[in-house]
Amino acid sequence: MTRQHNILQKPSTFFDIFERKGVSEVKSTHYCPGCGHGILHKLIAEAIEDFGIQDKTVLISPVGCSVFAYYYFDTGNIQSAHGRAPAVGTGYKRANPHSIVISYQGDGDLAAIGANEIIQAANRGEAITVFFVNNAIYGMTGGQMAPTTLLNQTTTTTPYGRNKFHEGYPLRMSEIIATLEAPVYVERCMLTDAKNIAKTRNAVRKAIKAQMDQKGFSFVEVLSGCPTGWKMTPQEAKTWITTDLSTYFVPGVYKDDLETREPHEVKQENPPPEDYYHLLNINQTLKEEYVFPHVLKEPFLEEIKIAGFGGQGLLSLGYVIAALAMGHAYEVSWLPSYGPEMRGGTANCSVKISNSRIGSPLVTNPSTLIVMNKPSMKKFENAVINGGIIIYDSGLIDTPPSRQDVTAIGVPATEIADTLGNTKAANILLLGVYARLKKQFLDEQYIQTALPAILESKALRDVNIKAFNYGFTYSENMK
Amino acid sequence: MKKALIKGNNAVVYSALLAGCRNFFGYPITPASEIAEGSALLYPKVGGTFLQAESEIGAINMVYGAASSGVRCMTASSSPGISLKMEGISYLAGAELPCVIVDVSRGGPGLGNIAPEQGDYNQIVKGGGHGNYKLIVLAPNSAQEMCDLTMLAFDLADKYRNPTVVLADGTIGQMMEPVEFPPPITTFPKKEWAVKATLETRENLISSIELDADRLEIHNQKLQKKYAIIEEKEVRYEAYCCDDAEIILCGFGIISRLLQSVVDEMRAEGIAVGMLRPITLFPFPKNIVDYYTLKRNLKFFNVFELNNGQMVDDVKLVVNGRKPVYFYGRMGGNLPTQKEIIHEVMKNMRQS
Repeated sequence: MTRQHNILQKPSTFFDIFERKGVSEVKSTHYCPGCGHGILHKLIAEAIEDFGIQDKTVLISPVGCSVFAYYYFDTGNIQSAHGRAPAVGTGYKRANPHSIVISYQGDGDLAAIGANEIIQAANRGEAITVFFVNNAIYGMTGGQMAPTTLLNQTTTTTPYGRNKFHEGYPLRMSEIIATLEAPVYVERCMLTDAKNIAKTRNAVRKAIKAQMDQKGFSFVEVLSGCPTGWKMTPQEAKTWITTDLSTYFVPGVYKDDLETREPHEVKQENPPPEDYYHLLNINQTLKEEYVFPHVLKEPFLEEIKIAGFGGQGLLSLGYVIAALAMGHAYEVSWLPSYGPEMRGGTANCSVKISNSRIGSPLVTNPSTLIVMNKPSMKKFENAVINGGIIIYDSGLIDTPPSRQDVTAIGVPATEIADTLGNTKAANILLLGVYARLKKQFLDEQYIQTALPAILESKALRDVNIKAFNYGFTYSENMK
Repeated sequence: MKKALIKGNNAVVYSALLAGCRNFFGYPITPASEIAEGSALLYPKVGGTFLQAESEIGAINMVYGAASSGVRCMTASSSPGISLKMEGISYLAGAELPCVIVDVSRGGPGLGNIAPEQGDYNQIVKGGGHGNYKLIVLAPNSAQEMCDLTMLAFDLADKYRNPTVVLADGTIGQMMEPVEFPPPITTFPKKEWAVKATLETRENLISSIELDADRLEIHNQKLQKKYAIIEEKEVRYEAYCCDDAEIILCGFGIISRLLQSVVDEMRAEGIAVGMLRPITLFPFPKNIVDYYTLKRNLKFFNVFELNNGQMVDDVKLVVNGRKPVYFYGRMGGNLPTQKEIIHEVMKNMRQS
């Protein structure tokens, strides 16, 4: 049964009684005489009925006169913040691809405060339908200027008329949206007479059908009278739409790709929970617990600072040390210095290893400093604890630390790594030096087993292993 | 037992997915971006949606839309981005929509910097948006808690139909620690209020508007009752060495890790110090603060924060002048050293 046969009947997609109004007048709308909202509501409600989509339709009411659209539509309803309906519709539709989402917005809502939301939703081609009621004024708040207010039009906030030098020009939203690639249908209509209402009816249906057919974003702008805001009679308002409003906002189809656009079906995977770990790649991240008992039972806390230039692999070195220690079932923490200073500048990270719970992850006074450039040596040398260790790249830092109360080990790590095959392995060479010095709590056999799996770069794996072994024996030879 | 060595921010991503979240809407910002990046990588693999929004405002309203249908959804950002989300957060609270918001806070005000600060306490706990609302606020202090409390946040959000915030900071977000992940959640609470684009839910309405003063007051009273129940049932805290303490150090998030180290160090010197760490910032652990206030051996509280003194107000409200409450804060993204904290405590010991 379609509307044509039954034009005098209220569409079933309107409530019979508008109980949500909560006042005595539950059979009439809150709209003023001569307002276009009522007509457009009806055209949409009829389309929803005729398409048989009432249950899956969700209407998003904006802020503006149509803030209470949910009083009338017997569909799913969401009321949203001023201008945000396209974002709300995006979130809803993405989570519920089976739904039909209709965003109903006024000109202040859509073209001023929500201009970004509508442009971005349109540009993403969100599969929603937007009805844009353009009445060139803020109706609900009492007749202030809208982004669509015409030049010289007086409103309560343009009491001397809209001035192009002061407020700029009225925004033509249909034209703007039609320039975007993604929207599939854009039309501007008006509600002045039977002929134009029939055109609007047609546009409303095309726009909703576009969504039903999974063709993407559709947009219908409707020039609508606001006799109260314009301070006119309903008849004068209709005339003004014809003579003034529609000459600046010209009705017509601005984009129609309905025939050529392929439907885009959204498919949502739904893998069983037992597959999650695999799909999320947690398997690779998870490290098997070290099968041997703790190497060191006595309470200890190792605090390491690793510093140098960005790009020397110092954060990775910290990660590898922390991962190896975690493999021993120790408690560990790894904290990078982060942000712009890391991009090309100096980088450092702090690693803590302990066999009891780690408090602060910050390392202020390291027990071990691994350092690969001069500025970092200068910055951190004096922070090292009495009796601590400084491991440094002696090829890059020509002056050894002046401290006498620490063990200082200089290794030309970058140079040696280069001869081994890749300078990038210098960090792992220093790991070898470190591991040899810390064998009281790091187990060589475990490291040899675990290191290949922990190293992130597959390409550098062989040279890294070589570098580790070089470093490990280097410090042994030195001792 | 399997553990992953992982950043706090990445722990959030995994645990959200294991909690059944399939909708992430976000906008990049340091130091929270790993959450968006990790989500972009992983959500499509389990049939979820990651969408980079046009703005924080867009993102929080996408969350509003998805949450309206009852699905688990989230966003994550850092302080300036959270400020932008405040409008949406007020609407979410008003419409009673469950969702999870992660704030990896940084230095402010304004653009501030990207270093770890805790200056978001007031805007998150006291309400940066308009109206008589409360968020449930969880404050992790480790990567493991980034996982556990994100998981809990989804449960609490659903249980109370309330937006829930995981309030972390740059340090917790960027720090790697071993994390053990729980098994995936497979059963979810029914949400009969949701708009699901179905016949059964057609009559439902998601809204925060109520023009009638009496009815809006009734709605607000209902919200306050809900918050009272949350205050009664959902308090979480950690008390470390507090029972015989003469001094209780108090702080949330990353600072509590420093305080714990300080307690160990001072205890080794024979000073009876403890640490009290609120895990829920709302509901604030009032009873336990009151309990220790009443203890005869307690001399004073010493609150440490990475801000100008925000949580300290909540401690003072409970203590209500019965014991001294001292405050020490660092700002700009600086963390105090343990030495600095001990110096401060010793100074206050001499005073009291």
